[in-house]
This record gives sequence, C-alpha cells and structure tokens, in this order.
Amino acid sequence: MSGKEKDEKNSEGSGATIKVGPRLLDLLSKLGEITLEDVEINAEELEIWIPTVVPAPMPVQPAAPAAAVAPPKAVPEKPVEILKAEYKPLTQKYPGGIVEVKLGATRSEGGSRGKVVKIGGEAIPSFYLFEGVLPNPPAISVDVFDMEISLPRALKMHVQEVIGDPAAWARLAVDKFGADMITVHLISTDPLIKNTPPNKAAKTIEDVLQAVDIPVIVGGCGDPKKDAEVFRRIAEAAHGERVMLSSVTLDMVEAGVLDDVAKAAREHGHVVLAFTAMDLNRAKELNRRLYEFLPRDSIVMDLTTAALGYGIEYSFSIHERARLLALGGDVELQHPTSSGSTNAWAAREAWMKIGPEWEPRELRGPLWETITTLTLMLAGVDMFMMMHPAAIHTVKEVVQSLLSQGRANSREIADWITVKV
Amino acid sequence: MAEREEKKGVRELSPLDIYMRLPRTNCGKCGEKNCMAFATRVVNREVSIDLCTPLLEESEYKEAYVRLKDLLAPAVKEVAIGAGENAVKVGGKLVMYRHEFTYYNPAPIAIDVTDEMAESEVLERIKKVEEFSYSYIGRILRLDMIAIRSTSNDPDKFKSTVEKVAKATNLPLTLCTFNPDVMKASLESVYERRPLIYAATESNWRKMAELALMYNCPLAVFAPNDISLLRSLTNTLLGFGVEDLLLDPGTFPEDGLSETINNFTMIRRSACKEGDELLGFPLIGVPMTVWLKKGSPKEVLQWKEACLAAMLMTRYADLLIMHSLEGWVLLPNVILRFNLYTDPRKPVSVEPGLKVFGNPTEFSPVMFTTNYALTYFTVESDIKSANIDCYLVVIDTGGISVESSVAGRILTAQVVTDAIKKSGIEEKVKHRHLIIPGLAARLSGEIEELSGWRVIVGPRDSSGIPAFLKEKWPPREM
Repeated sequence: MSGKEKDEKNSEGSGATIKVGPRLLDLLSKLGEITLEDVEINAEELEIWIPTVVPAPMPVQPAAPAAAVAPPKAVPEKPVEILKAEYKPLTQKYPGGIVEVKLGATRSEGGSRGKVVKIGGEAIPSFYLFEGVLPNPPAISVDVFDMEISLPRALKMHVQEVIGDPAAWARLAVDKFGADMITVHLISTDPLIKNTPPNKAAKTIEDVLQAVDIPVIVGGCGDPKKDAEVFRRIAEAAHGERVMLSSVTLDMVEAGVLDDVAKAAREHGHVVLAFTAMDLNRAKELNRRLYEFLPRDSIVMDLTTAALGYGIEYSFSIHERARLLALGGDVELQHPTSSGSTNAWAAREAWMKIGPEWEPRELRGPLWETITTLTLMLAGVDMFMMMHPAAIHTVKEVVQSLLSQGRANSREIADWITVKV
Repeated sequence: MAEREEKKGVRELSPLDIYMRLPRTNCGKCGEKNCMAFATRVVNREVSIDLCTPLLEESEYKEAYVRLKDLLAPAVKEVAIGAGENAVKVGGKLVMYRHEFTYYNPAPIAIDVTDEMAESEVLERIKKVEEFSYSYIGRILRLDMIAIRSTSNDPDKFKSTVEKVAKATNLPLTLCTFNPDVMKASLESVYERRPLIYAATESNWRKMAELALMYNCPLAVFAPNDISLLRSLTNTLLGFGVEDLLLDPGTFPEDGLSETINNFTMIRRSACKEGDELLGFPLIGVPMTVWLKKGSPKEVLQWKEACLAAMLMTRYADLLIMHSLEGWVLLPNVILRFNLYTDPRKPVSVEPGLKVFGNPTEFSPVMFTTNYALTYFTVESDIKSANIDCYLVVIDTGGISVESSVAGRILTAQVVTDAIKKSGIEEKVKHRHLIIPGLAARLSGEIEELSGWRVIVGPRDSSGIPAFLKEKWPPREM
C-alpha cells in the first residue's frame, strides 16, 4: 500500500498558491458533534448469488420506445382519499458473520498501547442498520512514511514539517488529524530505494510505538523477501503490541517466506493484512494458507483499493460481493477488510492541474480521497488508511451521522424547495 | 393494488424463458441468426425485445408479447423525463447490487435555478450546466437537467421563469413546487416538454395527480422519512391512473443521514428482492438540502453536497438535484457515476496491439502500457498533446491497470516479452530500447533477460513522458 508518489513539479504549476485547505479543515471542525445511539437487531434470511461471467458489451440500454405497451388498467373510480399501504421492511437473517479483529494491545494485554481498536464483528451488510447493529465503526489509520517522499501539494502542506520523521508525523496525526491508528510505510527498506536493514526498520517502529499510544500498522515495501525479513524482525521487537503486518501476499508463498512471517506473527501476537489483487479466489487461497499458522481473529483482508476514476467500481463490487458471501456463510471471507484509500491520489484528477474550471485542487484532492473512502465504506470496508486531514475529518463525521439513528426531523426538509441560497 | 404475480428475478431468467415465447421462425428480422441467439441477447439486455417485429405486429403473438414485456420488466420502473431526443430515462434498474447484472440509466444530475433569481443568473447557471464537460476514457461526461424551484410561490413569477428556462435550454426540466396552482401555471407553458412534476405530497396529491394526468407528465412523490406514506401515496396515485412515478423518501444531510441511507436501501431492497411494485420506482436524492443549513460557509456546504451526492449515488439514487456548480464538486460525482454504471461483467478495455503516434522513425521511442481503457487513454492523451512520434505496445492485461496487473502477476516479464514479439515492433525499429511504466519498474531485470531489449524505466505517471523523453531519449548507447 505504498502512497502514491507524485512528482511535485507535475502537481505544481506556475499559478499562485491557493491556501484553502487549512481553512476548510478549520471550518469543518467547527461543526457540531453527534452522539451514538443503539439500534435494534432484526434479521431474517439472505439469498446469495454468485454471478457467472457473461461477456457483454458496455451497458447501453437497448433501444426501446419510452412508452411501452401496457395492459389497460381496470380502475373504474379514482380514489378520493389516500389508499393506505403499510410498509414492512424486508429484513434478512445471515448465516455468517465477520470475525472481530483487535489491533493493538494494552499493558494488561501484553503491549503498551493506551487505546486498542476493534474492527469487524458485523452480522449485517454495510450500514444496514434497519436490520442490526454495527458493532465497530469503521476506523482510520493515518499513513506516515519513513523517509522523504514527494507528495501532491494539497497533502504536503499539512505534513511539511514532519516529512522524514515518522515519530513526529505519527504524533501530528494523533494530535491534529484524529488518527485511530498509524500506518508506518517502511518504503526505505525497498532494495531498489535505500535497502534499509531490518534492525533499523525495527527501530523506526519502536520510535513510533514510543511516540503514540494507539495501534500501529507496519507497512512493507512490496518486495516479498525483504518484507518477510523486516516483518520477522519487527514482530520480535514489538512483541505483544499486536501490530498489523501490511501486507502478506501470495508472492510471499512463491518466495517461500510466508510461513515464517505467519509464524512470527503468531509467536509474538500480531495481526496480518492479507493482500490480493481484486480476486476473491486468491483471497480465499491466501487465507487458507494463513489458517495453518494463525487464528482467524488475526487476519484482515486487503482486496485492493483502486481510486475513484481509476477502477473504483472493481474495488466497490469486490468488497460488496466479499461481504455478502461472508454473511452468507463463506468462512474464508469472514474477515474485516482494510482499504488504502490514500490510493485516491493516484487519480490524476486528484492532484493535477486540469483547467481553471476544476480548481482549487486544494479542495478537489481531499474530496477525491473522501469520496473514494465513503464509496468503499458503503461497500463494507472496515478500516481505511488515509492521509488528508479534511478527508479524515469528514469520514469520521459521516460515520457518526450514519450511526446516530432517530434524528431525522421531517419538518427540517419539508420545505426544501423554497430555500434561499 | 395487487402484488405482482410470481415473477422470476432478472438473474434467474434464462434464454429459454424468452425463446419459448418468441415466434421461433428464425426469420432473422431482428438481425440475429436465429430466435435462440436473439433470446440470449435479450436476456443479457443487449437488445430490446421490440426488435422482433413479428412479435410486435402479428396479432397471434400479442399475448406472448405482453407476457414477455412483463417478464423483462425491471424491478425499478424506467421513466422518461423530457420529450423526444432530449428525454432522459431514469430508473430501469434490474438488480440491487451492481455485481449482479448491470446498472442501467446513469442517474441524471439536475442543477437548480429559482423564480426569484435574476434572469441573468438563471441564464448564467443554465449556460454553465450546458457547457459542463469532462473528457474521460474517450467519453464526454456532462450534466443532465435543470430543476426550477418556485421560492416565490407566485404562479406568474414561476411561469415566467419556467418559460425563460425552456427557451434557453433543451435539457429536460424538473418543476419544483408543492403548490398545485403554481405548478399548473407553468405546466400550461411547457407540458409538451414533459417535465417532471415535483412533487405530490400527503396534502396535495389529488391536484398534482390531476395535473400529471392532464398534461401526461411524470410525477414525483415526496414523503420524507415515511416509507409507509410513500407506499400509500404510490398506491393511491396508481389507482388514480398516474403510472410514471418517482419517489423522494427525503434527503437529510446530517441529522437524519442515517435514516436517509436506510430508507433508500430498504426501498431498493423491497423493489428488487421482494418485487414490491409500490416501491419499484426511481428514487430522487436531493443533495442540495445541505443548503438548508444557515450560517455555514459556502465552501463547506459545497464540500458536503459533493459527499452527500456520492453516497446517494452509491446507495440507489436514480436522479439527483444539486445546487453547486463548482467543477471540483461535480467532477468526482460524474466520474463516480460513470464508474458505478460500468458493466461489471466486462473490464473497460481497449484492443491490445501496436499503436503508432505521429510519424515515428526506426529510432523513435518504444513504450508499453496496459489495455485498461483509462490507462490507455491517459497515456494516449499525454503522447498526443506533446506531439511525440513514437510506438506504444498495448499489452492485454484483461483491462487491468499497470499497478494492479503487476501486483496481481497478470503483467509479468514473460507477458511483456510475448507482447513485444507479437506486436511486430522489432521489424519497425532498429534499436532495442524499451521504455517501461515506472509502476512496472520491478519487472525491468527480468524483461531484459527474457526479451533481449534494454529497459529504461519511465515515469510513474504518463504526464511525465514528454519531460522524460527530452532528458533520456535517445539513450547514450544508441
């Protein structure tokens, strides 16, 4: 889940800097808080359908006359008053449920975290609060990097002072952005970049664990062999902290290193993030391999996050399908999911100058990250790796609104037509 | 209103269900080889049943035709707003989840004007709506409708504004007022445009229904956070003879967002999974309700409207009424709409093979990318706008982007090597220097070994290609 590196020169341009971002954040943060209320469980049956792949062209609606031939209706008299037709919600019962995974461990649990985060545990599809409760709200982990990286300006302006100092970056993410967790991307360990040795990477993680008291996620560089070395070293150094190793892959199987990583995770009490590229069969295969070493509550899935405009529909549907299949009883998919929604910045529309009518980028960029996140949240994703403070703020606020039932007041919108803007 | 008779869901419908009711003469008038081929395409929603002319014209098939129409009717009714070629179709959804089939009729976005805005402002807003355009994967993304709100509650004022709007644009219209007298005044002028009447409520439904019947226009039903009332109203209106209905269960922007998402989801589930005909109508989302909040800065409301629109689009809204006209608010939403309405059964891909740009020579650069449409069109537009003469090998990754196909081991050194050999590029250039996407850097060593080409790692984003070539091409060894 490497953050998108963008050439600063490309995202800049000769125009004057528009500093809207911080002001927006300030404004957003002034809006009121919303409390959480309980909801009822009410569930029946679910039918699950696995789609067969039928090759078909793009969805151009077949041409047909707008007014279809309809059989004549036998309605002799027009009603003079409302013909009552009560509504009864269609609720379902799901044979399966999502495993709850705890990230981080307190002192009494063998770690040193002040707070732990639980994700998953659902028995309903995403936010189907009319038929059950959401035991754990979606959580947000803020991305920090272990070395200098180039970032789009809209991101950089918020973290400029802490780039290159992961511990300080983590503190900023907690104090100012409201991070639930921190993901430290050890990109410098990449053999093609700095090839930082495992011991030094472990020191970085220790520094971050010292700097903040929330759960920590350890992000690798993407090279299976190197990641395995680094993860094993860190698993040992952070014994008992219940960090999440991000990520373990089928490439690690091929490189013959997965077993060692999984064993290390088990031995030292950590969680793994199992990454596969938009393929549920491969996701299941990877989980089966992990079950040989790890309990089910130590596995989170990353099914791949494509940015808005860059394949988000695949991510959306793979998550929606995975969740429905899991609730329908597919045990190998009953894990919480994590999404690297920072990937939103891979979309050039998030950061590039594309004409004055689409400005300011300082709003367009974080909005891209926000909408990418909200869309996947509605598909069922349980935690997000994010970067922009305004995006993080908005997602938290939306989650609170979604969880606060019973606050709709019809009078408030009854006359929306006449609102003066 | 009786519930619909036992009906197969769209996904259980087999070509045989259709075939058995066709003339089965294999006449070929529909353009297919035989009736079975036609039935298969009909089930896949690739062609309309109406292409079978014997079925339409010959009286002996009349009953079969009516039955087929019913079999094929979507769970959410398709309603046309507007007239003739300017009409926009809304609803027509066959399924609840996009992975089950395909979402049809991308939700139109209507932008509002009011009858108390200065005429210049109204015209300016219409112009912005019409000029809105963004080129994406070879398509142009646009806005779709104008919603005219009566804030004055004055029939003459509304009528005059509606007439001005109708004159200024051919876009389909939504007329918004809860006052039937105000509605009537404007309908007299523009009913031929078949605007959407917004809206019938618990208190005005009878008069609105009469207007909808008199002028043959689609009618929206508004019952905020009360699905029983909404259902009762559609029941009543259907009984009254109004068939083209749209439903607005209310959009609550903050307090009540939970109910909003719940209501949209519950209604769509009842329509798709239970065949509830009283709820099987297109849903209207109104993100512009964020503007009811007084005292918030403009940018905050625009931001919130963008987020609300995206959530509604994801959760089953078939039509959106918005106020913000800012590009940064609308762009993510028109792109999200395009994405969600893409056929999930088929990756968005382009033909693989060798593409030639400008007039390349034997010493021009050779690059490769994948056949994911978005990747390809992005690279194409960067090459074209910089007037670069070069060759581009488009590799078949099944319509997956460079980054994902490398991660998923679809794009491997072997696949690259095979594509290079097959493309015929080795006969076209005298050098053997291959520029690869920065996101495929990991493959460089292996590509060199397998293909015999020297690899130069290019930029991670194709916008960097012009600057990259200026600096790195031709390579020193060449």
